[in-house]
Amino acid sequence: MTFAFDLNTIWFILVGALFTGYAVLDGFDLGVGALHLLTKTDKERRLMINSIGPVWDGNEVWLVTGGGALFAAFPRAYAAVFSGFYMAFMLFLFCLIFRAVAIEFRSKQPMRWWRRMWDISFSIASIISSFILGVVLGNVINGIPLDQAGNNTDSFWHLFHFYPIMIGITTVALFMMHGAIYVVLKTEGELHNKVRGWINNTIIFFILCYVFITMITLTYIPHMIQYFKMYPFLFVLPMLNMLAIANIPREIVRGKDFNAFLSSCAAMIALMTIFGIGIFPNLILSTINPDFSLNLYNAASSPTTLRIMLIIAIIGIPLVLAYTVSIYWIFRGKVKLDDHSY
Amino acid sequence: MDTLMLSRMQFAITIAFHYIFPPMTIGLGVILVIMEGMYMKTKNEIYHQMTRFWVKIFGLIFALGVATGIVMEFEFGTNWANYSRFVGDVFGSALAAEGIFAFFLESGFLAILLFGWDKVKPRTHFISTIMVSFGAHFSAVWIVIANSWQQTPAGHHIVGDGATARAEIVDFWAMIFNPSAMDRLAHVLCGCWQAGAFLVLSVSAFYLLRKKHIEFAKRSMTIALIVGAAASILQLASGHYSAIVLEKHQPAKLAAFEAHYPKHEPAPYHLFGWVNDKEQRVKFGVEVPGLLSFLLHGDPKAPVTGLNAFPPDERPPVNIVFQTYHGMVIIGVGLIAISWFGLFLLWRKKAFDYKWYLRLCVISVLGPQLSNQLGWFSAEIGRQPYIVYKLLKTAEGISASVSRSEVITSLILFGVIYLMLLAVFIYLMNEKIQHGPEDTVIEEGHRA
Repeated sequence: MTFAFDLNTIWFILVGALFTGYAVLDGFDLGVGALHLLTKTDKERRLMINSIGPVWDGNEVWLVTGGGALFAAFPRAYAAVFSGFYMAFMLFLFCLIFRAVAIEFRSKQPMRWWRRMWDISFSIASIISSFILGVVLGNVINGIPLDQAGNNTDSFWHLFHFYPIMIGITTVALFMMHGAIYVVLKTEGELHNKVRGWINNTIIFFILCYVFITMITLTYIPHMIQYFKMYPFLFVLPMLNMLAIANIPREIVRGKDFNAFLSSCAAMIALMTIFGIGIFPNLILSTINPDFSLNLYNAASSPTTLRIMLIIAIIGIPLVLAYTVSIYWIFRGKVKLDDHSY
Repeated sequence: MDTLMLSRMQFAITIAFHYIFPPMTIGLGVILVIMEGMYMKTKNEIYHQMTRFWVKIFGLIFALGVATGIVMEFEFGTNWANYSRFVGDVFGSALAAEGIFAFFLESGFLAILLFGWDKVKPRTHFISTIMVSFGAHFSAVWIVIANSWQQTPAGHHIVGDGATARAEIVDFWAMIFNPSAMDRLAHVLCGCWQAGAFLVLSVSAFYLLRKKHIEFAKRSMTIALIVGAAASILQLASGHYSAIVLEKHQPAKLAAFEAHYPKHEPAPYHLFGWVNDKEQRVKFGVEVPGLLSFLLHGDPKAPVTGLNAFPPDERPPVNIVFQTYHGMVIIGVGLIAISWFGLFLLWRKKAFDYKWYLRLCVISVLGPQLSNQLGWFSAEIGRQPYIVYKLLKTAEGISASVSRSEVITSLILFGVIYLMLLAVFIYLMNEKIQHGPEDTVIEEGHRA
């Protein structure tokens, strides 16, 4: 399919941008959750939770809005994915609920068993939700058995092939890396030094997963690289991604934690862009018959709606960016515990 | 039970549980703006103390609202895929607008509200409180518009037929201002303000009974009574206008609310009763002849379309909506009585003196909760058998690829998790209320 810069393509990019925003922002707070149980004392754990305290629920709004935008712009794809991955999404929802209430409830009571219970909920829920996001992404890359009406004909356990599971593990690794850098950025003293020591391990864990995944994708999933073959300049993206990741330890050693965090964000944006280019122009590939695949034209809403939504987005996005930047600016600097903390 | 019924139950349980929280944050948001505004104006520490305490309560309720709210957005797709395909073009844009305009605003400024006391100037904090309150109201605006479109679709046309038919927007503003949208929005917002006001009223009355935090409780209670009384009386008006729109656009629903069967005759208004659908009459009831006709048309002899004008498979389950609707009305009248009597006592400077009245205020927190839930059940069950009125039947909206056992599993898990959440929520609310506001020097000086 040739590339045309029309409304549908703009919405493909915008929905992608919202999910990328979600990955970059909620990615670090899911990562903080995944690392949570590795800290030991109550104070360290409170610091971990409070480092994401003011921002985590704003981060989740990116998912809600991304989901809403997918629903509005590509309803058939929204319907296919959400009903097709029913149990996976239900599990994901339960994890998000547990995470949210664990953050809110944990420090409200002093009892050890109480805090331990919510610590475990927070961490396990963070790991499982990251893993499920990866598994869903893996299935989207691979394609699912979509019938003519746009329904997934597989059951829950079929989601867990080897490839999606690997993407799931990679996602957990990526978020752990991203989260560790965030904690280093937001804390000082003992916890800061401790987590600093973990960063290299998380990077190694991620790179191992990433290299492995890349090899499998190149070998077995040729449709993901068709555009890269057609337009070799696109290889700049994987290069950028690797450079960004290689830059992280360098910045950490130089003590420029914020630059390390920006590098990690850049690596994630590059990854999501690679994924977007890989599946373009499809949203969901059918493994039964390529004609049943949902792409940015046959899954889309009417041009009228896409146009209205674009106006909404043009008004809304600058506002959203303004709030997001100001909140992160107001809560910049190292996290300190006070009576408003969790 | 089949997959359809299970999916309906799951949606009903998850939306009802979710709907405990947002009305309280919307209503409490207004009260926070008033309290912090009073503090900005008078610089009286007591208002600062009140704002700080209610912000903490707000934060806890908000967290539950967020956690249970994401579920709702997912469920349109997971359980109602065909419905999503049908309405996506129309409904999706309202939902996306809600995300962009409401949720980002709300969650962003909430961070300042909860954690920013020492990080920003008092004026910035006050502006954040206003923004959070706006955000909460905007979310109600968009979701009620989307829901109202399902009740009274407008501004769309149908493309395709059979299984591939779907609604597409032709006129955005006609979709936004669909016939029932603004009246229903007013009705929902009044219910939300009541939820916030009666929560504050209840906690304040509890402190007065316990003779704790007296000054704090008196001032909180005064604000709550004023907001509660205003919201309750406006609720009556918005309910009245909603009913007029209902008669015009969803006559079967209105007829079911009142169990009015004859095709074209003057209608009575029932105070309560029990509907026997087979015999087409209301048993054990008290009715005021011609009152419904009078309320709708200003003439007790004006005919109202009854259920017999519709084939049996186009009618909602009559007794259920009759009961939920009348429950809502009875509680609504009760709330007007409690709040206006409170205003009267305030005027006579006796509002804090009667133990029986304070006790009534303590339990009144359940009033708006119940009436909000009953009202939504009436609205949604009253729309049956349609999911989008006259356009798509509920049975046609479900996901084809989701099996019965999957829905049973998720339904049971939701049931268990939500019961647990409710228990923990009540426990933590109770802890916070028992702990009370942080006492300041001011409180000492005013101790009665």
